[in-house]
Amino acid sequence: MARKPKLLWIQSLTCNGNSHSFFNHSDLFSILSHFELIYFPLIETKYTIEDVLQKRVHSDILIIEGAIKEGLIKSGVDIKELIYHYAKESRFIITAGTCATFGGIFKQYEPGNISGFAFDKENKKEDIFNLYEHRLISLPGCPIHPKWLSYVLLMIANRRRIPLDEMSRPQELYAFTVHTGCARNEYFEWKIDTHGFGHKEGCLFYENGCQGPFTHGSCNKILWNDASSKTNVGTPCFGCTEPDFPKEKLFSTKTNMGIPQKMPLGISKRAYLTVTGIAKSFKIKRLEKKVIDYKK
Amino acid sequence: MSKIDKKKLKRESILKTALKLFSANGFHKTTIPDIANALNMSVGNLYNYFKSKDILAKEIIKYTSEVLGQEIQKVNMQNISSKEKIKKIVELYFKMAKEKPEMIEYFLRVYLSHREVFSDGCEGMLCVSGFVTEIMIFFDSGVESGELRDQDFFSAFGLFMGYLGGMVFLKGENILPKKLDEYINDISENIYNALKA
Repeated sequence: MARKPKLLWIQSLTCNGNSHSFFNHSDLFSILSHFELIYFPLIETKYTIEDVLQKRVHSDILIIEGAIKEGLIKSGVDIKELIYHYAKESRFIITAGTCATFGGIFKQYEPGNISGFAFDKENKKEDIFNLYEHRLISLPGCPIHPKWLSYVLLMIANRRRIPLDEMSRPQELYAFTVHTGCARNEYFEWKIDTHGFGHKEGCLFYENGCQGPFTHGSCNKILWNDASSKTNVGTPCFGCTEPDFPKEKLFSTKTNMGIPQKMPLGISKRAYLTVTGIAKSFKIKRLEKKVIDYKK
Repeated sequence: MSKIDKKKLKRESILKTALKLFSANGFHKTTIPDIANALNMSVGNLYNYFKSKDILAKEIIKYTSEVLGQEIQKVNMQNISSKEKIKKIVELYFKMAKEKPEMIEYFLRVYLSHREVFSDGCEGMLCVSGFVTEIMIFFDSGVESGELRDQDFFSAFGLFMGYLGGMVFLKGENILPKKLDEYINDISENIYNALKA
Protein backbone atom coordinates (compact mmCIF):
# COMPACT_ATOMS: atom_id res chain seq x y z
CA MET A 1 0.00 0.00 0.00
CA ALA A 2 1.27 3.45 -0.89
CA ARG A 3 2.50 5.57 1.96
CA LYS A 4 -0.03 8.08 3.27
CA PRO A 5 0.90 11.71 2.63
CA LYS A 6 2.34 13.42 5.68
CA LEU A 7 0.20 16.30 6.87
CA LEU A 8 1.89 19.05 8.87
CA TRP A 9 0.01 22.02 10.33
CA ILE A 10 2.15 24.96 11.45
CA GLN A 11 0.87 28.02 13.24
CA SER A 12 2.45 31.42 12.80
CA LEU A 13 0.76 34.61 14.03
CA THR A 14 -2.77 33.34 14.64
CA CYS A 15 -5.85 33.30 16.87
CA ASN A 16 -6.24 29.53 16.27
CA GLY A 17 -9.59 30.17 14.57
CA ASN A 18 -8.86 27.99 11.56
CA SER A 19 -7.64 25.00 13.54
CA HIS A 20 -10.73 25.22 15.74
CA SER A 21 -12.98 25.57 12.71
CA PHE A 22 -11.44 22.51 11.06
CA PHE A 23 -11.62 20.63 14.37
CA ASN A 24 -15.40 21.06 14.15
CA HIS A 25 -15.64 19.10 10.93
CA SER A 26 -18.25 16.39 11.44
CA ASP A 27 -16.11 13.89 9.51
CA LEU A 28 -12.75 15.02 10.81
CA PHE A 29 -11.22 11.64 11.57
CA SER A 30 -12.49 10.04 8.40
CA ILE A 31 -10.80 12.82 6.42
CA LEU A 32 -7.59 12.59 8.41
CA SER A 33 -7.49 8.82 7.87
CA HIS A 34 -6.16 9.51 4.37
CA PHE A 35 -3.05 11.12 5.81
CA GLU A 36 -0.32 10.57 8.30
CA LEU A 37 -0.93 13.40 10.72
CA ILE A 38 2.44 14.80 11.75
CA TYR A 39 1.24 17.77 13.75
CA PHE A 40 -2.06 19.52 14.37
CA PRO A 41 -2.38 21.74 17.44
CA LEU A 42 -5.62 20.15 18.71
CA ILE A 43 -4.96 16.44 18.18
CA GLU A 44 -2.27 14.29 19.70
CA THR A 45 0.09 12.56 17.27
CA LYS A 46 3.18 10.43 17.77
CA TYR A 47 5.35 13.49 17.21
CA THR A 48 5.86 16.37 19.61
CA ILE A 49 6.03 20.07 18.89
CA GLU A 50 9.71 19.75 19.72
CA ASP A 51 10.16 17.28 16.83
CA VAL A 52 8.55 19.83 14.51
CA LEU A 53 10.62 22.74 15.80
CA GLN A 54 13.86 20.76 15.56
CA LYS A 55 13.02 19.77 11.96
CA ARG A 56 13.01 16.07 12.81
CA VAL A 57 9.80 15.44 10.85
CA HIS A 58 8.85 15.65 7.17
CA SER A 59 5.94 17.18 5.31
CA ASP A 60 4.11 16.38 2.08
CA ILE A 61 1.21 18.72 2.72
CA LEU A 62 2.00 21.82 4.71
CA ILE A 63 -0.90 23.78 6.16
CA ILE A 64 0.05 27.25 7.31
CA GLU A 65 -2.23 29.03 9.76
CA GLY A 66 -1.59 32.66 10.68
CA ALA A 67 0.21 35.65 9.23
CA ILE A 68 3.93 35.82 8.56
CA LYS A 69 5.80 38.33 10.69
CA GLU A 70 9.42 39.12 10.04
CA GLY A 71 11.59 37.95 12.93
CA LEU A 72 8.74 36.30 14.89
CA ILE A 73 10.20 33.87 17.44
CA LYS A 74 7.89 31.18 18.86
CA SER A 75 9.21 28.54 21.27
CA GLY A 76 12.69 29.85 20.59
CA VAL A 77 12.40 29.29 16.82
CA ASP A 78 12.18 31.76 13.92
CA ILE A 79 8.75 30.68 12.70
CA LYS A 80 9.10 32.09 9.18
CA GLU A 81 12.33 30.22 8.70
CA LEU A 82 10.65 27.03 10.00
CA ILE A 83 7.77 27.44 7.55
CA TYR A 84 10.20 28.02 4.67
CA HIS A 85 12.08 24.89 5.65
CA TYR A 86 9.00 22.66 5.47
CA ALA A 87 7.61 24.50 2.43
CA LYS A 88 10.66 23.48 0.41
CA GLU A 89 9.98 19.75 0.81
CA SER A 90 6.15 19.86 0.63
CA ARG A 91 4.20 18.88 -2.47
CA PHE A 92 1.29 21.10 -1.42
CA ILE A 93 1.29 24.27 0.63
CA ILE A 94 -2.12 25.32 1.89
CA THR A 95 -2.54 28.73 3.47
CA ALA A 96 -5.51 28.24 5.77
CA GLY A 97 -7.29 31.50 6.57
CA THR A 98 -7.01 35.11 5.48
CA CYS A 99 -4.02 35.85 7.75
CA ALA A 100 -1.88 33.09 6.24
CA THR A 101 -3.08 34.01 2.74
CA PHE A 102 -3.09 37.81 2.68
CA GLY A 103 -2.08 39.08 6.13
CA GLY A 104 -5.62 39.51 7.48
CA ILE A 105 -6.46 41.03 10.83
CA PHE A 106 -2.96 40.57 12.24
CA LYS A 107 -1.52 42.73 9.47
CA GLN A 108 -3.34 45.71 10.95
CA TYR A 109 -0.99 45.65 13.93
CA GLU A 110 2.20 46.23 11.96
CA PRO A 111 1.27 46.61 8.31
CA GLY A 112 4.82 47.01 7.02
CA ASN A 113 6.10 43.90 8.77
CA ILE A 114 3.24 41.40 8.61
CA SER A 115 1.80 39.71 5.51
CA GLY A 116 0.48 36.44 4.16
CA PHE A 117 2.76 33.59 3.11
CA ALA A 118 2.78 34.34 -0.65
CA PHE A 119 0.66 37.50 -0.76
CA ASP A 120 0.80 40.87 0.93
CA LYS A 121 -2.85 41.84 0.69
CA GLU A 122 -3.63 41.42 -3.03
CA ASN A 123 0.02 41.77 -4.09
CA LYS A 124 2.10 38.71 -4.84
CA LYS A 125 5.32 38.37 -2.89
CA GLU A 126 7.16 37.59 -6.10
CA ASP A 127 10.05 35.57 -4.65
CA ILE A 128 7.81 33.25 -2.64
CA PHE A 129 4.96 33.10 -5.13
CA ASN A 130 7.23 32.26 -8.07
CA LEU A 131 8.95 29.57 -6.05
CA TYR A 132 5.75 27.86 -4.86
CA GLU A 133 3.16 28.86 -7.46
CA HIS A 134 2.58 25.28 -8.57
CA ARG A 135 2.24 23.92 -5.06
CA LEU A 136 0.30 26.74 -3.44
CA ILE A 137 -3.39 26.58 -2.54
CA SER A 138 -4.92 29.69 -0.98
CA LEU A 139 -7.86 29.24 1.37
CA PRO A 140 -8.76 32.70 2.66
CA GLY A 141 -11.55 33.08 5.21
CA CYS A 142 -11.86 34.28 8.77
CA PRO A 143 -12.01 31.52 9.62
CA ILE A 144 -12.07 28.98 6.80
CA HIS A 145 -15.08 26.72 6.61
CA PRO A 146 -14.01 23.21 7.67
CA LYS A 147 -15.43 21.81 4.44
CA TRP A 148 -13.34 24.14 2.28
CA LEU A 149 -10.23 22.50 3.71
CA SER A 150 -11.65 18.99 3.58
CA TYR A 151 -12.52 19.54 -0.10
CA VAL A 152 -8.90 20.42 -0.83
CA LEU A 153 -7.48 17.58 1.26
CA LEU A 154 -9.75 14.93 -0.24
CA MET A 155 -9.00 16.15 -3.77
CA ILE A 156 -5.30 15.78 -2.97
CA ALA A 157 -5.85 12.36 -1.37
CA ASN A 158 -7.70 11.24 -4.50
CA ARG A 159 -5.01 12.69 -6.78
CA ARG A 160 -7.50 15.00 -8.45
CA ARG A 161 -6.52 18.31 -9.97
CA ILE A 162 -7.93 21.35 -8.18
CA PRO A 163 -8.77 24.23 -10.57
CA LEU A 164 -7.29 27.41 -9.09
CA ASP A 165 -7.71 31.10 -9.88
CA GLU A 166 -4.95 33.71 -10.26
CA MET A 167 -4.58 33.93 -6.48
CA SER A 168 -4.33 30.14 -6.19
CA ARG A 169 -7.81 29.90 -4.68
CA PRO A 170 -9.84 26.78 -5.57
CA GLN A 171 -12.41 27.94 -8.11
CA GLU A 172 -14.92 25.44 -6.80
CA LEU A 173 -15.01 27.48 -3.59
CA TYR A 174 -14.13 31.04 -4.60
CA ALA A 175 -15.37 31.54 -8.17
CA PHE A 176 -18.76 32.48 -6.73
CA THR A 177 -19.69 35.41 -4.57
CA VAL A 178 -21.16 35.03 -1.10
CA HIS A 179 -24.32 36.51 -2.63
CA THR A 180 -24.79 33.24 -4.52
CA GLY A 181 -27.35 31.21 -2.64
CA CYS A 182 -28.22 33.97 -0.17
CA ALA A 183 -31.73 33.41 1.11
CA ARG A 184 -32.37 37.16 0.75
CA ASN A 185 -31.84 37.25 -3.00
CA GLU A 186 -35.48 38.03 -3.69
CA TYR A 187 -35.14 41.18 -1.59
CA PHE A 188 -31.97 42.11 -3.45
CA GLU A 189 -33.73 41.70 -6.80
CA TRP A 190 -36.48 44.09 -5.81
CA LYS A 191 -34.19 46.38 -3.80
CA ILE A 192 -36.02 46.01 -0.52
CA ASP A 193 -33.92 46.96 2.44
CA THR A 194 -33.92 45.29 5.84
CA HIS A 195 -34.20 47.82 8.61
CA GLY A 196 -31.90 46.59 11.34
CA PHE A 197 -30.21 43.27 12.01
CA GLY A 198 -31.47 39.78 12.63
CA HIS A 199 -34.70 40.14 10.68
CA LYS A 200 -35.97 37.46 8.34
CA GLU A 201 -36.88 40.04 5.70
CA GLY A 202 -34.95 42.46 3.54
CA CYS A 203 -31.51 42.78 1.99
CA LEU A 204 -28.44 43.94 3.93
CA PHE A 205 -26.57 45.40 0.93
CA TYR A 206 -28.00 48.93 0.86
CA GLU A 207 -27.53 50.14 4.42
CA ASN A 208 -26.18 47.38 6.62
CA GLY A 209 -22.76 46.86 5.07
CA CYS A 210 -23.25 43.47 3.40
CA GLN A 211 -20.26 42.70 1.16
CA GLY A 212 -21.72 39.44 -0.19
CA PRO A 213 -22.23 40.67 -3.77
CA PHE A 214 -18.52 41.43 -4.20
CA THR A 215 -16.90 38.87 -1.93
CA HIS A 216 -15.47 35.62 -3.28
CA GLY A 217 -16.73 32.72 -1.22
CA SER A 218 -19.18 29.87 -0.75
CA CYS A 219 -20.78 30.76 2.58
CA ASN A 220 -24.27 30.50 1.13
CA LYS A 221 -23.52 27.34 -0.84
CA ILE A 222 -21.68 25.40 1.86
CA LEU A 223 -23.52 26.41 4.98
CA TRP A 224 -21.90 26.92 8.37
CA ASN A 225 -22.63 24.11 10.84
CA ASP A 226 -24.49 22.66 7.86
CA ALA A 227 -27.31 25.01 8.78
CA SER A 228 -26.86 28.70 8.21
CA SER A 229 -24.77 31.70 7.24
CA LYS A 230 -24.22 35.27 8.34
CA THR A 231 -26.60 36.74 5.79
CA ASN A 232 -29.24 34.10 6.45
CA VAL A 233 -29.48 35.17 10.09
CA GLY A 234 -29.53 38.87 9.24
CA THR A 235 -25.89 39.87 9.71
CA PRO A 236 -23.91 41.39 6.85
CA CYS A 237 -21.12 39.51 5.09
CA PHE A 238 -17.86 41.13 6.27
CA GLY A 239 -15.88 40.17 3.16
CA CYS A 240 -13.54 38.06 5.29
CA THR A 241 -12.14 36.09 2.34
CA GLU A 242 -10.90 39.18 0.52
CA PRO A 243 -7.30 40.47 0.43
CA ASP A 244 -8.37 43.82 1.89
CA PHE A 245 -10.12 42.25 4.90
CA PRO A 246 -10.77 43.73 7.43
CA LYS A 247 -12.23 46.96 6.17
CA GLU A 248 -13.81 49.52 8.47
CA LYS A 249 -17.43 50.13 9.49
CA LEU A 250 -18.55 46.59 8.76
CA PHE A 251 -22.16 47.23 9.76
CA SER A 252 -22.86 50.13 7.41
CA THR A 253 -22.75 50.49 3.65
CA LYS A 254 -20.56 53.26 2.27
CA THR A 255 -22.84 55.27 0.05
CA ASN A 256 -22.48 58.42 -2.03
CA MET A 257 -25.77 60.29 -1.84
CA GLY A 258 -27.50 57.01 -1.14
CA ILE A 259 -25.76 55.11 -3.95
CA PRO A 260 -23.61 52.17 -2.77
CA GLN A 261 -19.98 52.97 -3.50
CA LYS A 262 -19.01 49.39 -4.21
CA MET A 263 -20.90 47.46 -6.87
CA PRO A 264 -21.66 43.75 -7.18
CA LEU A 265 -18.65 42.01 -8.71
CA GLY A 266 -18.18 42.89 -12.39
CA ILE A 267 -21.33 45.04 -12.63
CA SER A 268 -20.93 48.61 -13.92
CA LYS A 269 -22.51 51.36 -11.87
CA ARG A 270 -24.58 52.49 -14.85
CA ALA A 271 -25.99 48.99 -15.34
CA TYR A 272 -26.67 48.59 -11.62
CA LEU A 273 -28.40 51.96 -11.26
CA THR A 274 -30.55 51.39 -14.33
CA VAL A 275 -31.81 48.06 -13.05
CA THR A 276 -32.18 49.41 -9.51
CA GLY A 277 -34.23 52.37 -10.70
CA ILE A 278 -36.61 50.04 -12.49
CA ALA A 279 -36.90 47.53 -9.65
CA LYS A 280 -37.49 50.25 -7.07
CA SER A 281 -40.37 51.70 -9.06
CA PHE A 282 -42.62 48.84 -8.07
CA LYS A 283 -44.25 48.19 -4.75
CA ILE A 284 -44.20 44.47 -4.07
CA LYS A 285 -46.62 44.05 -1.20
CA ARG A 286 -45.64 40.47 -0.39
CA LEU A 287 -42.01 41.44 0.12
CA GLU A 288 -42.77 44.50 2.20
CA LYS A 289 -44.64 42.50 4.81
CA LYS A 290 -43.21 40.44 7.65
CA VAL A 291 -42.80 36.83 6.56
CA ILE A 292 -44.26 35.54 9.81
CA ASP A 293 -46.71 37.50 11.92
CA TYR A 294 -45.75 36.35 15.43
CA LYS A 295 -48.67 36.57 17.84
CA LYS A 296 -47.70 37.96 21.22
CA MET B 1 -32.35 50.28 -45.51
CA SER B 2 -33.91 47.20 -43.97
CA LYS B 3 -37.57 46.95 -43.13
CA ILE B 4 -36.80 46.94 -39.42
CA ASP B 5 -34.68 50.10 -39.70
CA LYS B 6 -37.45 51.82 -41.64
CA LYS B 7 -39.96 50.91 -38.96
CA LYS B 8 -37.63 52.22 -36.28
CA LEU B 9 -37.22 55.53 -38.10
CA LYS B 10 -40.95 55.86 -38.59
CA ARG B 11 -41.52 55.11 -34.93
CA GLU B 12 -39.09 57.84 -33.95
CA SER B 13 -40.67 60.37 -36.28
CA ILE B 14 -44.08 59.63 -34.71
CA LEU B 15 -42.59 60.17 -31.24
CA LYS B 16 -41.01 63.48 -32.31
CA THR B 17 -44.15 64.80 -33.98
CA ALA B 18 -46.44 63.75 -31.14
CA LEU B 19 -44.00 65.28 -28.69
CA LYS B 20 -44.25 68.63 -30.44
CA LEU B 21 -48.03 68.54 -30.66
CA PHE B 22 -48.56 67.45 -27.06
CA SER B 23 -46.16 70.14 -25.84
CA ALA B 24 -47.67 72.89 -27.95
CA ASN B 25 -51.38 72.11 -27.71
CA GLY B 26 -51.64 70.09 -24.51
CA PHE B 27 -52.20 66.39 -23.94
CA HIS B 28 -56.01 66.34 -23.93
CA LYS B 29 -56.44 68.71 -26.87
CA THR B 30 -54.14 66.65 -29.10
CA THR B 31 -55.83 63.68 -30.76
CA ILE B 32 -54.45 60.68 -32.58
CA PRO B 33 -55.95 61.96 -35.89
CA ASP B 34 -54.08 65.28 -35.30
CA ILE B 35 -50.81 63.40 -35.00
CA ALA B 36 -51.53 61.16 -38.00
CA ASN B 37 -52.48 64.18 -40.01
CA ALA B 38 -49.26 66.02 -39.17
CA LEU B 39 -47.33 62.93 -40.32
CA ASN B 40 -49.34 62.37 -43.48
CA MET B 41 -50.21 58.89 -42.38
CA SER B 42 -53.49 57.14 -41.74
CA VAL B 43 -54.89 56.83 -38.23
CA GLY B 44 -55.00 53.06 -38.69
CA ASN B 45 -51.35 52.90 -39.57
CA LEU B 46 -50.41 55.02 -36.56
CA TYR B 47 -52.23 52.55 -34.34
CA ASN B 48 -49.94 49.86 -35.74
CA TYR B 49 -47.09 51.62 -34.01
CA PHE B 50 -48.83 52.74 -30.81
CA LYS B 51 -52.00 51.08 -29.57
CA SER B 52 -53.31 54.13 -27.72
CA LYS B 53 -52.62 57.77 -26.93
CA ASP B 54 -51.65 56.85 -23.37
CA ILE B 55 -49.08 54.35 -24.59
CA LEU B 56 -47.69 56.95 -26.98
CA ALA B 57 -47.44 59.45 -24.11
CA LYS B 58 -45.46 56.98 -22.00
CA GLU B 59 -43.12 56.12 -24.85
CA ILE B 60 -42.43 59.82 -25.40
CA ILE B 61 -41.33 60.41 -21.82
CA LYS B 62 -39.01 57.39 -22.07
CA TYR B 63 -37.65 58.75 -25.34
CA THR B 64 -36.98 62.28 -24.02
CA SER B 65 -35.44 60.86 -20.85
CA GLU B 66 -33.09 58.70 -22.93
CA VAL B 67 -32.07 61.64 -25.14
CA LEU B 68 -31.33 63.85 -22.13
CA GLY B 69 -29.60 60.94 -20.35
CA GLN B 70 -27.31 60.35 -23.34
CA GLU B 71 -26.27 64.00 -23.32
CA ILE B 72 -25.50 63.91 -19.58
CA GLN B 73 -23.64 60.63 -20.07
CA LYS B 74 -21.27 62.44 -22.46
CA VAL B 75 -20.54 64.94 -19.69
CA ASN B 76 -20.10 62.16 -17.12
CA MET B 77 -17.54 60.44 -19.32
CA GLN B 78 -15.33 63.54 -19.44
CA ASN B 79 -12.33 63.75 -17.16
CA ILE B 80 -13.25 67.09 -15.61
CA SER B 81 -14.19 68.33 -12.14
CA SER B 82 -17.73 68.15 -10.76
CA LYS B 83 -17.82 71.94 -10.84
CA GLU B 84 -17.18 71.92 -14.58
CA LYS B 85 -19.68 69.11 -15.08
CA ILE B 86 -22.39 71.12 -13.33
CA LYS B 87 -21.85 73.99 -15.75
CA LYS B 88 -21.95 71.65 -18.73
CA ILE B 89 -25.17 70.02 -17.54
CA VAL B 90 -26.78 73.43 -17.00
CA GLU B 91 -25.63 74.48 -20.47
CA LEU B 92 -26.97 71.41 -22.20
CA TYR B 93 -30.27 71.58 -20.33
CA PHE B 94 -30.80 75.20 -21.37
CA LYS B 95 -29.58 74.46 -24.88
CA MET B 96 -32.18 71.74 -25.15
CA ALA B 97 -34.83 74.10 -23.75
CA LYS B 98 -33.91 76.59 -26.47
CA GLU B 99 -33.41 74.27 -29.45
CA LYS B 100 -35.89 71.53 -28.60
CA PRO B 101 -38.22 73.26 -26.16
CA GLU B 102 -40.78 70.51 -26.64
CA MET B 103 -38.49 68.06 -24.78
CA ILE B 104 -38.54 70.05 -21.55
CA GLU B 105 -42.07 71.39 -22.06
CA TYR B 106 -43.33 67.84 -22.38
CA PHE B 107 -41.75 66.86 -19.09
CA LEU B 108 -43.13 69.87 -17.24
CA ARG B 109 -46.51 70.28 -18.89
CA VAL B 110 -47.51 66.76 -19.85
CA TYR B 111 -45.60 64.26 -17.72
CA LEU B 112 -45.81 66.14 -14.42
CA SER B 113 -49.29 67.51 -15.05
CA HIS B 114 -51.15 64.35 -16.11
CA ARG B 115 -50.13 61.78 -13.53
CA GLU B 116 -53.27 59.73 -14.20
CA VAL B 117 -51.94 58.91 -17.67
CA PHE B 118 -48.58 57.76 -16.35
CA SER B 119 -49.63 56.01 -13.13
CA ASP B 120 -49.84 52.63 -14.85
CA GLY B 121 -46.58 51.75 -16.60
CA CYS B 122 -44.51 54.74 -15.52
CA GLU B 123 -44.47 54.14 -11.78
CA GLY B 124 -41.77 55.92 -9.80
CA MET B 125 -38.72 56.57 -11.92
CA LEU B 126 -39.56 53.84 -14.41
CA CYS B 127 -39.93 56.02 -17.51
CA VAL B 128 -37.31 58.60 -16.60
CA SER B 129 -34.57 56.22 -15.50
CA GLY B 130 -32.37 57.00 -18.54
CA PHE B 131 -31.93 60.50 -17.25
CA VAL B 132 -32.05 59.87 -13.49
CA THR B 133 -29.36 57.18 -13.75
CA GLU B 134 -26.91 59.66 -15.25
CA ILE B 135 -27.61 62.21 -12.52
CA MET B 136 -26.95 59.45 -9.97
CA ILE B 137 -23.64 58.66 -11.63
CA PHE B 138 -22.73 62.35 -11.61
CA PHE B 139 -23.46 62.63 -7.85
CA ASP B 140 -21.76 59.35 -7.01
CA SER B 141 -18.48 60.19 -8.74
CA GLY B 142 -18.49 63.70 -7.24
CA VAL B 143 -18.86 62.35 -3.71
CA GLU B 144 -16.33 59.58 -4.30
CA SER B 145 -13.72 62.09 -5.50
CA GLY B 146 -14.40 64.24 -2.43
CA GLU B 147 -15.58 67.25 -4.42
CA LEU B 148 -19.26 66.96 -3.49
CA ARG B 149 -20.80 66.56 -0.05
CA ASP B 150 -22.43 63.25 0.82
CA GLN B 151 -26.11 64.00 1.38
CA ASP B 152 -29.55 62.59 0.75
CA PHE B 153 -29.98 61.85 -2.95
CA PHE B 154 -33.38 63.50 -3.33
CA SER B 155 -32.26 66.67 -1.51
CA ALA B 156 -29.53 67.05 -4.10
CA PHE B 157 -31.61 65.86 -7.05
CA GLY B 158 -34.47 68.22 -6.23
CA LEU B 159 -32.12 71.13 -5.85
CA PHE B 160 -30.39 70.50 -9.17
CA MET B 161 -33.26 69.45 -11.41
CA GLY B 162 -36.00 71.40 -9.69
CA TYR B 163 -33.92 74.52 -10.14
CA LEU B 164 -33.31 73.94 -13.85
CA GLY B 165 -36.90 72.87 -14.51
CA GLY B 166 -38.16 75.90 -12.63
CA MET B 167 -36.06 78.29 -14.68
CA VAL B 168 -37.24 76.77 -17.95
CA PHE B 169 -40.83 76.94 -16.72
CA LEU B 170 -40.39 80.66 -15.91
CA LYS B 171 -38.88 81.17 -19.34
CA GLY B 172 -41.86 79.41 -20.91
CA GLU B 173 -44.19 81.73 -19.04
CA ASN B 174 -42.21 84.71 -20.42
CA ILE B 175 -41.45 85.91 -16.93
CA LEU B 176 -37.65 85.93 -17.15
CA PRO B 177 -36.28 89.37 -18.03
CA LYS B 178 -33.05 87.95 -19.47
CA LYS B 179 -32.19 85.16 -21.87
CA LEU B 180 -31.66 81.72 -20.31
CA ASP B 181 -27.99 81.70 -21.36
CA GLU B 182 -27.33 84.75 -19.26
CA TYR B 183 -28.24 82.80 -16.12
CA ILE B 184 -25.86 79.89 -16.76
CA ASN B 185 -22.91 81.18 -14.71
CA ASP B 186 -24.93 82.23 -11.68
CA ILE B 187 -27.04 79.10 -11.64
CA SER B 188 -24.02 76.81 -12.04
CA GLU B 189 -22.30 78.63 -9.20
CA ASN B 190 -25.37 78.35 -6.97
CA ILE B 191 -25.74 74.62 -7.62
CA TYR B 192 -22.06 74.02 -7.00
CA ASN B 193 -22.15 75.97 -3.74
CA ALA B 194 -25.10 73.90 -2.56
CA LEU B 195 -23.49 70.57 -3.47
CA LYS B 196 -19.80 71.05 -2.76
CA ALA B 197 -18.09 69.30 0.13
